[in-house]
Amino acid sequence: MRVALFITCFNDTLFPETGRATVRLLERLGHEVVFPAEQTCCGQMHFNTGYQREAIPLVRRFVEVFKGYEAIVAPSGSCVGMVRELYPMAADLANDKQLLHDVEVLAPRVFELSEFLVKKLEAADVGAYYPHRVTYHPTCHSLRMVKVGDAPLKLLRAVGGIDLVELGEARECCGFGGTFAVKNADTSTAMLSDKLRHVLDTRAEVCTAGDNSCLMHIGGGLKRGRAGVRTVHLAEILASTE
Amino acid sequence: MTLKSHPDAFSDGKTPTFEQSAREALADTQMRNNLGKATRTIREKRKVAVEEMPDWEALREAGSALKNRIMRHLDEYLPQLEESVTRAGGQVHWARDAEEANRIVAGIAHSHGAREVVKVKSIATDETKLNEYLEGVGIRAYETDLAELIIQLAGETSSHILVPAIHKNRAEIRELFKDKLGAKDLSDDPPALANVARLYLREKFLSAKVGVSGANFAVAETGTVCVVESEGNGRMCTTVPQVLVTLMGIEKVIPEWRDYEVFMQLLPRSSTAERMNPYTSFWTGVSRESGDGPQEFHLVLLDNGRTDVLADERGRQALNCIRCSACLNSCPVYERTGGHAYNSVYPGPIGAILTPQLVGIGKPGPDSLPYASSLCGACYEVCPVKINIPEVLIHLRGKVTRHKQDESGLKGKLDPESAAMKVMARVFSDRKLYEGAQKAARIGQWPLARNGVIGHLPGRLAGWTRSRDLEPVPDQTFRGWWKTRDGSF
Repeated sequence: MRVALFITCFNDTLFPETGRATVRLLERLGHEVVFPAEQTCCGQMHFNTGYQREAIPLVRRFVEVFKGYEAIVAPSGSCVGMVRELYPMAADLANDKQLLHDVEVLAPRVFELSEFLVKKLEAADVGAYYPHRVTYHPTCHSLRMVKVGDAPLKLLRAVGGIDLVELGEARECCGFGGTFAVKNADTSTAMLSDKLRHVLDTRAEVCTAGDNSCLMHIGGGLKRGRAGVRTVHLAEILASTE
Repeated sequence: MTLKSHPDAFSDGKTPTFEQSAREALADTQMRNNLGKATRTIREKRKVAVEEMPDWEALREAGSALKNRIMRHLDEYLPQLEESVTRAGGQVHWARDAEEANRIVAGIAHSHGAREVVKVKSIATDETKLNEYLEGVGIRAYETDLAELIIQLAGETSSHILVPAIHKNRAEIRELFKDKLGAKDLSDDPPALANVARLYLREKFLSAKVGVSGANFAVAETGTVCVVESEGNGRMCTTVPQVLVTLMGIEKVIPEWRDYEVFMQLLPRSSTAERMNPYTSFWTGVSRESGDGPQEFHLVLLDNGRTDVLADERGRQALNCIRCSACLNSCPVYERTGGHAYNSVYPGPIGAILTPQLVGIGKPGPDSLPYASSLCGACYEVCPVKINIPEVLIHLRGKVTRHKQDESGLKGKLDPESAAMKVMARVFSDRKLYEGAQKAARIGQWPLARNGVIGHLPGRLAGWTRSRDLEPVPDQTFRGWWKTRDGSF
């Protein structure tokens, strides 16, 4: 299958290894990956912080850049959630019927990586090998907006050599929430403390998730506490081989 | 420790922002313990109560559809309700705002020479500050719900819409009862505590001439008003006094008797995790023949900003709320800050979307509430009438931002966040600018990175590095790598 990679501005700039891993993984499974170079940002930060007028041109841009592709895949539940769940609201706000139509046509073709693998390609075993003790944090947007369900866990269970341990209170938010982490830094930190406690309780050496934004938050707390636990995006685990 | 007392969103004074109050609340370790324990317990119980319902999703759908229809046709259902209540011997009053509602209730109490009223737990009366108003005109209001009594005696405000004293544990309540009710040798056993309250309240029930209640529902078709409760105090307040006054937000009307079928399945399971709550009282006007129950019934219909909320097609779903409090119990923010940080009688996720809409955009305290969320969506998942709280939060953030940009003149234009967001939006709208900015970020970060870690960020971003490290921007972007691998880029 020909897959257009929606890298997300966050991964492009801050976590390029996740993008490289996504490409390696999809190519290993026999798919052709293309990268529409005009892509920038989906507009989520602007939209969710209240700068919706400013986000609308970014919504239009995304639709323009990706409308010619059949399958669009991103290693981020959050950005996929923005496109699938909030673009219609943006189009509505822009009072643009054509944009709403284009968004509705495009949205079902945009997939989060784990759901694309498990639900669309029906491939739970991607031939990965990762001999580490790992715990998985289901990110809020992948869980409640994109509804990836247990797709990430299905993929992880099939990884060779992995010691997968369950995270306590896994479904609870890590406290990132985009600009929330800065605007309400104290509350965000209180939520993070509890998440870190659960991560440390698992005695895992790696905490993984489908979103680097949440992982940057959890990882930033682990690193500040010199906890000796690292965060690794799901795509990087799935791309690893023996 | 309790939070410093501030004016709340429905008072005249300026309230602090959520960030300010939350910082104070988060330092209260006892409160966080009490609250964490209580919300965890009720969350788990609710899950069990909901999962045994095979048609839960269909019920939520029905509840949502009913409420949406009600909000579209309030102009028909409210006059119908007035007619039905009047036909059944009740009197209906319309209150534009809190002041008018309080004046009506006080007037009724005065006309009967009442110096005391007994109250069923009602958030609408908390919203209008009825107790304070009555106090000012020489009438003492006694809260009869156990938790409401606790906070009334403690001189505090509610921190939860269903369990107002959720922030207190039983040891704290024992001390309060010893101090305020003169109870000696009191244990902190809940039945013993409840018994002290029962003895104190029984006397009030029997002597008060006027009972005051809120309403969970009122049926337009029949004029039947309903209060759902657990302790029986509501049944006492609505049956023993000779005069009953109900203050109800206009959004509480439901069209027909049969609509209860949906709501009475959704509400108890979502709020107390019970299949059915212990006491559900229904009354239709007054009983003319038997002389039983109140001989006079007044229904006060309160607007107080609700019709303004109704005018916002996306925001109005906040009015669909049936006050179950499941969103509070499942909110990770509420669980840690408690209800007082919201500076409103409506705390938690529902409060964050209801309060700013009821009082209007443009006030710093209430304007901060839509930001009191990580948008995790746990509230939407449990809401029995499917209020899309995250969507409304985002919608209201938009309104707050546009208000700030458009109506604050020069201040709005010079706002640093707004300016930064505008620059970034411009950068993201052009590939060349975007790639240039990626390069600039790499170069610009060198004064901040030490040994491969950024430990301090400047300005507002310092909020991040107070508790979290940051990885520096890597040398090569993804697109930089793709370019080296793919010549056609």
